Amino acid sequence: MRCPLRGTPFRRRDPDSRLNTVLQEIDRRIINQLQSGFPLCERPYESAAKALNLNESDLINRIGLLLENGTLTRFGPLYNADRMGGANVLAAMTVPLERFDAVAEQVNAHPEIAHNYARDHALNMWFVAAAPTPEAVEHTFCRIEAETGLTVHRFPKEREFFVELKLTA
Amino acid sequence: MDALDPLLIKATQAGLPLTPTPYATLAEQIGCTEAEVMARLTAMLDAGIIRRIGVVPNHYRLGYTANGMTVWDVADDRVDELGNAVGQLPFVSHCYRRPRALPDWPYNLFAMVHGHTRAEALAQADIIANLLGQACRARDILYSTRILKKTGLRLVD
Repeated sequence: MRCPLRGTPFRRRDPDSRLNTVLQEIDRRIINQLQSGFPLCERPYESAAKALNLNESDLINRIGLLLENGTLTRFGPLYNADRMGGANVLAAMTVPLERFDAVAEQVNAHPEIAHNYARDHALNMWFVAAAPTPEAVEHTFCRIEAETGLTVHRFPKEREFFVELKLTA
Repeated sequence: MDALDPLLIKATQAGLPLTPTPYATLAEQIGCTEAEVMARLTAMLDAGIIRRIGVVPNHYRLGYTANGMTVWDVADDRVDELGNAVGQLPFVSHCYRRPRALPDWPYNLFAMVHGHTRAEALAQADIIANLLGQACRARDILYSTRILKKTGLRLVD
């Protein structure tokens, strides 16, 4: 007799995850295909769905679900901030561990901060500031230095090398 | 940029509408025709203002939990040529030349790698090291241990 619990699709890999089910095969195919592009035609979902052997409404629903449960962080045009007249700069700080969370709050409170990551290095906090002008980015870094008393190391892009990544789902 | 572009960028900042005719939906929102929306998106793709239209997966949810920022001190006269080669490796998602911050930070080439495990990310870093060869004087890999904020770039107010 088959144990009903065996082969259950639930697997907990990440305890914080709201998505505890293993990705469905169809979701993997959707993610793999739609990382490289999406049609520019009147019925783009219908056209993309055909290549996936799906129907239009199923594809729309799956994308909505994957966005809702956090498997996808975005679906749509990915803009290149460097080509839009705005400025964005990577920066890092060495933050004393006992102040780490408080400093993270001070940094994140600036709307110009687009992402902020903790990393395991002496420079342990890495963030990107984005603003309409380079002066506004610099102003944000100066304010963070004044508020935290810590040095912000600026790592502006000097050159971007072309990449073509697809993460296999 | 065309006068329509800022409106279009703002309308798609949260993503593409999940309607059967998303470009018509956008056209309705910003007050132009569907054909104009498609023409402007095509033009912005061609100009590199839009990198691509598609999905961005959450690395962690796909099992890529070892996201390493590999950093390299590469001879200045070789870094551009080698940076191009590193960017072409299939597991590298971003690759930049940046200024050093001496004496604390000797690294001028940054390449993000993504593995299911740290061992896999390290093996990827070793492939980069091989490619850089003698031109590389020092290296490190910084793993992200926590996402403190991720809103994406807000491009239009």
